Amino acid sequence: MSESVLVIMEQRAGAWNRMSLETLAAGQKLAAELGHSVAAAVPGRGVAALASELALKKLDCVYAVDHELLADYTADGYTAALDQLIRKVQPSLVLFPHTYQVRDLAPKLATRFHQALISDVIGIRAEGGPVFVRQLFQGKLNADVRPGGPAPYFVSIQAGAFNADNVASGTAPLETFTPELTASVIRQRPEEPFRESTGAVDLTTAEIIVSVGRGIKEKDNIPIVAELAQALGGELAATRPVCDSGWLPIERQVGSSGQTVAPKVYIAVGISGAIQHLLGMKGSKTIVAINKDANAPIFEVADYGIVGDLFEVVPAMVEEVKSCTVLQR
Amino acid sequence: MKIIVSIKEVPVRDSQLRIASDGRWIEDGDLGYEMNEPDAYALEEALQLKEKHGGEVIALCAGPAGAARTIREALAKGADRALHIEDEQISSWGTLGLAQLLAKAVAPEKPDLILTGLQSDDLGYGQTGVVLAELLGFPHATIIMAAEVLDGRIRVKRELESGWFQNIEMPLPAVLTIQSGINKLRYATLMGIKKAKTKELKRLEVADLGVAPSPTATIERLYLPRKTKQTQLIEGSAKQAAAQLVEKLRFEVRVI
Repeated sequence: MSESVLVIMEQRAGAWNRMSLETLAAGQKLAAELGHSVAAAVPGRGVAALASELALKKLDCVYAVDHELLADYTADGYTAALDQLIRKVQPSLVLFPHTYQVRDLAPKLATRFHQALISDVIGIRAEGGPVFVRQLFQGKLNADVRPGGPAPYFVSIQAGAFNADNVASGTAPLETFTPELTASVIRQRPEEPFRESTGAVDLTTAEIIVSVGRGIKEKDNIPIVAELAQALGGELAATRPVCDSGWLPIERQVGSSGQTVAPKVYIAVGISGAIQHLLGMKGSKTIVAINKDANAPIFEVADYGIVGDLFEVVPAMVEEVKSCTVLQR
Repeated sequence: MKIIVSIKEVPVRDSQLRIASDGRWIEDGDLGYEMNEPDAYALEEALQLKEKHGGEVIALCAGPAGAARTIREALAKGADRALHIEDEQISSWGTLGLAQLLAKAVAPEKPDLILTGLQSDDLGYGQTGVVLAELLGFPHATIIMAAEVLDGRIRVKRELESGWFQNIEMPLPAVLTIQSGINKLRYATLMGIKKAKTKELKRLEVADLGVAPSPTATIERLYLPRKTKQTQLIEGSAKQAAAQLVEKLRFEVRVI
């Protein structure tokens, strides 16, 4: 068995999930460092056009995994199809983008090969074989993880960990792979995806965002940060746990399951910086963090930081902002 | 219906973590532990489904003897009985080995539904539920925000990225991984805590479950993340720091 990396790409309705291209960059880099060959596969129905696009990348082979029953994603259908592909291609490593779909699919697939998914990887090194970097304890610590047991190893790559612009171009042979699937193996009946009414709050156009996390402790304390947002003429936003608790409406949620924002300044108040939140705001031009825990992951992305009690710092900021806006008038 | 909820104990949120001397795990001797938050939502969902449809809720936990505290909490909140796969070195089993242990404990119960949190707040692999489903031959769905039991089937609302959702229907028995925020968590009542002491908590020995360890990935080194940005830390009293920060927002960031 020749050593190879297989990248499983994700698409919906004929368009790439952007994270797939980042994973392709990761796959090319890893293969180069390990001296492996690298192939990519795109599962779905009618994926010939996307596969042809992949055939213009620097790859050793491209697989269009095409089947009528792959038109809609189902865990059962996609697992069966990729199981067959992997048994045919026999890669030593299988890379996925760490999307919601992959979280649904890849652990099931890995189990069929007596493996577990090394999920949400942020870095890769070749040190006598691949070593994968993962975040533990909500981003507070990193771990170097070495795969073991029988190959192939299954790995998913975190959004933003690799740069899609680094995907190398070239030419690759294209192969259509038609899995053997019957409707009876697919137990899930998916319906059309939908969006819930998101209300009127569009955080993506705000220049200043003051965002609040669990550190605010209770709903009655929300006005403390709301006042800062108002003094600065900015929008108020929140992390998922704050919205889950009903302290602020879900329309104000920033993060992988909420809105993705990139304001001029993002002031994170009492936010520890779990990866799901960072994904929604790390593109902000300036990030300010106010948190009592100096080791909170939010400080890893912050330009300015205050390690302190938000209940003292934020009201003092409001006073300061008010006094300079008065001076300006 | 018979519902099993798989729960895990994790270090209390905001614990100060120190890396152990071997550099491969944290110093865990003096840490406090609590129920993994997404698992608490899974338990609540199970209790609500039982209130609607009747039946039984069984809490399942693999962990050291100390995890009995968290299991008692599940019983106090309303689980009817519990299974505790007791092992002081449970993490040495790895994701696959652990799921194999859970599958062995679950199989004789013949549940209609298995719920668990979408991920743990410590390791965060986010796959135990899915692996368990595959080992048991059950269908599954992940990151669930609503569940409705129909006749022999279940219809669930699955969260997708960026505010999108999708409804999916599948036959029972099934495994669902539950997203935080799906419901409102209840507190254990005094009566509940009292009753929990009399409820059945069955200990299962790892050796009796007949699972051979199948190590997959191992942690070689644990370390503090490297900063990606140079952070200007502003010091001084709250008032001084606030004044300095506002000055920087005014003259360096230019937003005031």
